[in-house]
Amino acid sequence: MAGLATVFGSGAMTNSLPEVENHDVIFVIGSNTTETHPIIGLKMKNAVRKGAELIIADPRRIDLVRFSHLWLQHRPGTDVALLNSIMHIIMKEDMTDTKFIESRTEGFESFKDSLEEYTPEYGERITGVPKQDIIKAAHFYGNAVRPGIYYTMGITQHTHGTENVYAIANLALMTGNLGRESTGVNPLRGQNNVQGATDMGCIPNFFPGYQPAAMPGIRAKFEKTWGVKLSDKKGLTATEMTGEAFERKLKALYIMGENPVLSDPDIQHTVKALQKLDFLVVQDIFLTETAALADVVLPAACFAEKDGTFTNTSRRVQRVRKAVQPPGEAREDSHIITELAKRFGYHMDYNLIEEVFQESKKLWPALAGITYKRIAKTGLQWPCPTQDHPGTPYLFKGGFPRGKAAFTVVAYRPSEELPDAEYPFLLSTGRQLFQYHTGSMTRRNEAINAVSPTAYIEIHPEDAAVLGIKDGERVCVTSRRGSINIQAWVTERPLSKTVFIPFHFREAAANMLTNKACDPIAKIPEFKVCAVRINRTVDSEENVNKG
Amino acid sequence: MVTFKIDGQKVTVRKLSTILDAARKLDIPIPTLCHHPALSPFGGCRLCIVEIKGSPKPVTSCTTFARDGMEVKTSSPQLENMRKMTLELLLSDHPTDCMVCERAGDCKLQELAYFYGIKENRFIGERRTYDKKDGNPFIARDMEKCILCGQCVRICDEIQGVGAIDFAYRGLKTKICPPFDKDLNCEFCGQCVAICPTGALTGKMWKQKGRQNFTKIDTICPYCGCGCNITLHVRRNEVMRVSSKPETLNEGWLCPKGRFGYQFISSPDRLTKPLIRTISKEYSASDTWNIPPYPPLAKGGRRGGSDIFREVSWDEAFDYIAERLRDIREKSGPDAIAGLASARCTNEENYLFQKFMRAVIGTNNIDHCARY
Ligand code: SF4
Ligand code: SF4
Ligand code: SF4
Ligand code: FES
Repeated sequence: MAGLATVFGSGAMTNSLPEVENHDVIFVIGSNTTETHPIIGLKMKNAVRKGAELIIADPRRIDLVRFSHLWLQHRPGTDVALLNSIMHIIMKEDMTDTKFIESRTEGFESFKDSLEEYTPEYGERITGVPKQDIIKAAHFYGNAVRPGIYYTMGITQHTHGTENVYAIANLALMTGNLGRESTGVNPLRGQNNVQGATDMGCIPNFFPGYQPAAMPGIRAKFEKTWGVKLSDKKGLTATEMTGEAFERKLKALYIMGENPVLSDPDIQHTVKALQKLDFLVVQDIFLTETAALADVVLPAACFAEKDGTFTNTSRRVQRVRKAVQPPGEAREDSHIITELAKRFGYHMDYNLIEEVFQESKKLWPALAGITYKRIAKTGLQWPCPTQDHPGTPYLFKGGFPRGKAAFTVVAYRPSEELPDAEYPFLLSTGRQLFQYHTGSMTRRNEAINAVSPTAYIEIHPEDAAVLGIKDGERVCVTSRRGSINIQAWVTERPLSKTVFIPFHFREAAANMLTNKACDPIAKIPEFKVCAVRINRTVDSEENVNKG
Repeated sequence: MVTFKIDGQKVTVRKLSTILDAARKLDIPIPTLCHHPALSPFGGCRLCIVEIKGSPKPVTSCTTFARDGMEVKTSSPQLENMRKMTLELLLSDHPTDCMVCERAGDCKLQELAYFYGIKENRFIGERRTYDKKDGNPFIARDMEKCILCGQCVRICDEIQGVGAIDFAYRGLKTKICPPFDKDLNCEFCGQCVAICPTGALTGKMWKQKGRQNFTKIDTICPYCGCGCNITLHVRRNEVMRVSSKPETLNEGWLCPKGRFGYQFISSPDRLTKPLIRTISKEYSASDTWNIPPYPPLAKGGRRGGSDIFREVSWDEAFDYIAERLRDIREKSGPDAIAGLASARCTNEENYLFQKFMRAVIGTNNIDHCARY
């Protein structure tokens, strides 16, 4: 979010789902799309069927590779070097869009100079991708008419995640591949309402609609609507909250529907941090690992038990409807929050949930044209400023919200924690098709558990042979932060010397191992790169998985 | 463009449109069993036959392109007779299971048999019997009810890009199965279940959970950011099944989580009462962490609610939270309090949550897990 917003003035996906099928070139980097966004994956496959060229840059042989024309298997954490060397070729061979660069961007000259050193030879040395393939990728993308770039956490979950995003933005800007149908830059959001939660101001320094909390005029507007004085202090990001809790600076935390114990890096650290809080409230539908640490646990309603809206990864606001009653005394989150506010003498009185939506769109004009009635059948994509506005399938037609889009000079720098003699393997973590996030929902499903019963570590056959590990055997994986016992899956999916663990499984939680080092701007932890050691002998249960 | 006549009505369609496409445009019904607009034409069931003036034999409308000046008839005693015969042949080795079949009432074959009034069958013959039961946890494959329309084979290959199933064997033995007749082991997207016109492919999870007596509610999938539109089939306050309509953003296609991952809603582990901790945190943390069975903690922690928590009323919970938070705010200021919102809650709830943190508590310490 942070990266794209800085460059373009908006951090959302620039295209819509139906447009995916009409690209002529699709460049997927750091996104295992068919497993994490299966329906977008389907649309990509359909685009390929219709003749689109598919380029994939991913250290793992993800399923989508079967459909690709070019697969760049770069070393994890070397995205900047890869992208810069692709751009080097585009620059050298004059595949840039001069008119676009002149009229709609700034900072081109210094950016241009910065690419000089990223020759394909240099790129090959850093990334491990053959030079010819780097050149081929440059030709595919550079000559495309309607190319789309897709990325997810494979790009952002690095200590240089924001730089990765800048590099992607540079690539689209220099070729003028923005602001047209089926042409753009598309960060895919992992969870159903990440887009909406961000839109609605659940980020520290922005009120709903990306309006900076630091701007007095904006604050005044919200103060007027909400009828209270608002703080002008900078807020903490999620990762900073854990850090401050650990140092006992943060005293209380109220968590609604999140499970940071499993989803945050370095579980031992997270658990200790949460234990140090004076007061922890967790509101959820299950007694998650995080809820087990709470002082108060509040039973909430799940998606099928409430009315409202979700906003999908392409900015589409869609209607959520109540189908069943919540169990026992579980209540909708909205009810819980307003009741709690009452105890503080603050009244949030709404008769209908739509009134909350109406209040939010009064404060954020991009939603002004959306009503529950209009989205009864199909959703609408913001910006949708008026009642007769059809919504906006793709962004930046005719201009960027911040005026001119900015090129950013980005230099490659290695990840925080790289393999060494003691911890010789590079570990990446991520998701898989059948499970979701920390598993609290999907793992309560017998059929899903039958096909995806437990955690595994993907190890390349060459490494397995050296270590003497057989497929299906249990191994012990250790990083500087912890240890887990886990089943080995010997497969050619990962690069040799790199391993992969999905993070959904509490019994062998990948985040026991991960590094909490963050990108300095976006504060996203480096889930994609840390160093581990693999031992054939499993550790006694005493020593692993201890929180 | 091509202009021609169907049943006397003039119609203009794009080049390379089939007669069936044109008829659908005019809302003229032609029965089909193997056609699907999203898939390549197959021409296998021969129910969609039509007569073209000047042609000696009827043709299948789903595979015949429209030509200028054509005159097409979609119904005649002869056509209807042929259709009826085709159906009788299809039904001649079909189990008469409608009474207990999952698809009854929503089965294309049953519906056609009804319209053509097929009560007695001239061709009743040898029944295909398949003993093989598929052990996969999601999809029941009853190949005796398969009419070999090939839609599942095509969707798996053409849309899903998996190719997990295909036609195998020959003649009367022909059937659709995974390679070597093994158990299905695929992406379990359930696209094939959604598209099957009969009871051959059905979801194991919704077996005997009801066929028609549902309330259907349109909503959005709770999992990934694609935002697929789903329909919940509800009976007795329980979600019994999930489906998706073809005219949606996701064209009716879903992934295994969206289609089959709804059991958690009515899980016995759901929290049903507010809980307040009764013992120190240090104890419970290490204790609750590493205990099998692995799928997450059951309601109330390890040994039932009484150990770590006690169940309280909402009033008690609210009062307690307000008291503690107020206390902390007084002693350490509002910025000693923070809130984590949820990417799985609605826009409205997230709006209220950040409003609560900013306006009621008085801090900008509010975030959610966009970063993970
Ligand atoms: S598949 Fe259709 S026709 Fe066959 S038994 Fe089931 S409902 Fe009846
Ligand atoms: S469930 Fe999906 S992947 Fe499996 S056979 Fe059916 S269509 Fe193919
Ligand atoms: S059905 Fe699958 S692809 Fe669609 S929103 Fe749900 S999780 Fe995402
Ligand atoms: S629908 Fe035309 S042959 Fe089956």
